[in-house]
Amino acid sequence: MKETTVIFGATSGIARALANELAAGGDNIVLAARDEEQLKAMANDLRIRHQIKVGRVYFDALDLEDHTAFWQETLKTDAGMPTRIVLCYGYMTDQEECQNDQGKAKRTFDVNLISACSLLELAAAYFTKNGSGTIAVISSVAGDRGRASNYIYGASKAGLTAYTSGLRNRLCKKGVHVITIKPGFVDTPMTKGLINLNSPLVATSEKAAIDIRKAMDRKKNVLYTRWFWRFIMIVIRSIPEPIFKRLNL
Amino acid sequence: MPSIENLSGWGNYDQRKCLTKYLNSSSALRHWVTSNGDSFIARGFGRSYGDAAINSTGHVLHQCYRNRFLVFDEASGKLICEAGVSLADIISVFLPRGWFLPTTPGTKFVSVGGAIAADVHGKNHHVDGSWGKFVQSFELLLPNGEVKHCSRIQNQDLFRSTIGGMGLTGIILTAEIQLIPVKTAWVKVDYKRTKDLNDTFAIFAKDAAKYRYSVAWIDCVSKGKSMGRSVCMFGNDADKKEVPNLYRQTPLSVTPKRNKTVLFDFPNWVLNPLSTKVFNFLYYAGNKNCTKLVDYDSFFYPLDSILNWNRIYGTRGFVQYQAFLPPKNAEKGYRKILEQITKAGFASFLAVFKSCGSGREGLLSFLDEGYTLALDLPNTGENLQALSRELDKIVIENEGRLYLAKDALTDSTSFAQMYPQLPEFKLVKAKIDPRQQIISEQARRLKIVEEK
Ligand SMILES: Cc1cc2nc3c(=O)[nH]c(=O)nc-3n(C[C@H](O)[C@H](O)[C@H](O)COP(=O)(O)OP(=O)(O)OC[C@H]3O[C@@H](n4cnc5c(N)ncnc54)[C@H](O)[C@@H]3O)c2cc1C
Ligand SMILES: NC(=O)c1ccc[n+]([C@@H]2O[C@H](COP(=O)([O-])OP(=O)(O)OC[C@H]3O[C@@H](n4cnc5c(N)ncnc54)[C@H](OP(=O)(O)O)[C@@H]3O)[C@@H](O)[C@H]2O)c1
Repeated sequence: MKETTVIFGATSGIARALANELAAGGDNIVLAARDEEQLKAMANDLRIRHQIKVGRVYFDALDLEDHTAFWQETLKTDAGMPTRIVLCYGYMTDQEECQNDQGKAKRTFDVNLISACSLLELAAAYFTKNGSGTIAVISSVAGDRGRASNYIYGASKAGLTAYTSGLRNRLCKKGVHVITIKPGFVDTPMTKGLINLNSPLVATSEKAAIDIRKAMDRKKNVLYTRWFWRFIMIVIRSIPEPIFKRLNL
Repeated sequence: MPSIENLSGWGNYDQRKCLTKYLNSSSALRHWVTSNGDSFIARGFGRSYGDAAINSTGHVLHQCYRNRFLVFDEASGKLICEAGVSLADIISVFLPRGWFLPTTPGTKFVSVGGAIAADVHGKNHHVDGSWGKFVQSFELLLPNGEVKHCSRIQNQDLFRSTIGGMGLTGIILTAEIQLIPVKTAWVKVDYKRTKDLNDTFAIFAKDAAKYRYSVAWIDCVSKGKSMGRSVCMFGNDADKKEVPNLYRQTPLSVTPKRNKTVLFDFPNWVLNPLSTKVFNFLYYAGNKNCTKLVDYDSFFYPLDSILNWNRIYGTRGFVQYQAFLPPKNAEKGYRKILEQITKAGFASFLAVFKSCGSGREGLLSFLDEGYTLALDLPNTGENLQALSRELDKIVIENEGRLYLAKDALTDSTSFAQMYPQLPEFKLVKAKIDPRQQIISEQARRLKIVEEK
């Protein structure tokens, strides 16, 4: 069946690679993001490269009151009725800034968690009615255990991970599949200047996108990308708290 | 977050710590240049060899995320795209549909913006001219935040200064390029060996005009009588009937080759005069006169199949010395250059020779009617600098000039002698960038921009 995939946060580094990857596989795409210039550019680019149908919708995660309207818009584009969605946006800023600035901490939770809950419930209702569909959500390995250097962002992603696991549990009986995606380090604008790009732990967004596309096609439950993060996180989770609290992580 | 990177050109010569930014949209770029008084230079894929895309006292603005196609007209082959699109991308999308680049440098990993900024040339320069000729227009972001539409009709002075202007007039946001129709992805190549430099010139004079593509690899190791002997490659776009059997059904597709990667910097001694000699000897001996069908990738981009081959020069890095000489002085000038290199104890691993057609698109464009020779020289420190000064003298004496996309070593006086159009360029630059916000290490070294 021909898929129509809605990508929320379409201008993010991972989303751009994913849009290309899905379009190359023949999906029609609906792009949702808040930067209209880029939305237009991306839509044209995907049409030219892959000769598919592309819709675009203005979307700001923080306009919670407008979520219903945004969602309605995604159903009306000429790319067709959505059969799956991917939630790709996220907000990460310096941990210390978050500690000292209530506003930034709040924003982290609002974007990463609160807005996701609101949007995903709309999607859940729509797919449940259809009796099918796939909901993919990008969380993070940072949500697997809180660390001094990144625990506010980590907590928002931990919340998102718990939320998606519950949603999966609920929708599984309704024919709707939910995937939790946990990237490790991916080379995108978000991580520029934060991680050493030559490290073997860092993946290109294209690699991450291939992993995500496969996980969606194969209806996996939890995806770690790249795969070795699953094992890194098993180790990190298994360190006893009395030791963990002393580590510099 | 501020991000700091060690940047150099493709030659890995002289790395500098630079502040970098990756901005996706033109509005973000516009906002950055107007709200941030810091100096900046745009960077494409860093395939220029020297210090053109580096700025260690301000910012380097990476354009790699600005890589979207915006409009393509299937009927005319006109393409509008963001300037961070790579030539590799254009080929992979449009060659299967029967369109190819109007001209291309020896690597496909360059950006459209970088190709305009250096006004790059290809093996068809003697027939078709440089990249700038196929650029219909572009949008240029000025330091004051204005975006100018530049073409041969609108803002001509900016158009002429930006083509070949090495990023110093603004950030090219999008560009309109003319692709050309092709029937196949193959080139029919005649290989001809010559016995010395004189013979090489004679063959080019006699044959080059009959072919769309012409290039020669010069053996710059052998001295004396056979100095300048070479393997000339003359090619034309292949017809459907000429495509090898296996590909005749799909003449526009070529199985992609597996790219290899050089995983580490080779020890500095790997490329030494002896190994270079052996390579040059084997290359000459291995290429007899013949005619072959060669796929576009192997013909235009022989080096691209080893992704970061620059690392074989080791951590010391290398430079590429590429000089243009006008017809009347070319043979004697290049003879002097080759002699000087041997005399200084250098051996160039690769030396590429080409004939070029007349007409320069930009004020600081490199080529005109005449010839060009490009040589790779390992960085041996003082030695290399001394050699480069000697070579510069020969180039100036013979009314030639160096290629800014390759240059890493020349000085401002020599540069001004090679480019008499510099004052005119500076006038345009002063108008749009009175605060001299756009600057690169190269512009500093060559005093194209003089900081107060
Ligand atoms: C193996 C190899 C073979 C080559 N063969 C050839 C050849 O045959 N012919 C030839 O002509 N060249 C050749 N080159 C040189 C190369 O084509 C040029 O240096 C080209 O400019 C590199 O493009 P880039 O995108 O990597 O730009 P960079 O190296 O990143 O930048 C080069 C210049 O372009 C400017 N620039 C880049 N993007 C923009 C933008 N958006 N707006 C404004 N300015 C911008 C930069 O400021 C800088 O001054 C070769 C290089 C290599 C490594
Ligand atoms: N990169 C990694 O290493 C990594 C690791 C683990 C998890 N992740 C997660 O992966 C996802 C994608 O990240 P990325 O690395 O691709 O980052 P990115 O390129 O920085 O993208 C972040 C995106 O979020 C969007 N966004 C932020 N606030 C928004 C809002 N209020 N409304 C709508 N969009 C908003 C931004 O839109 P604008 O373009 O309009 O600003 C931007 O496109 C995020 O959820 C991130 O947390 C990334």
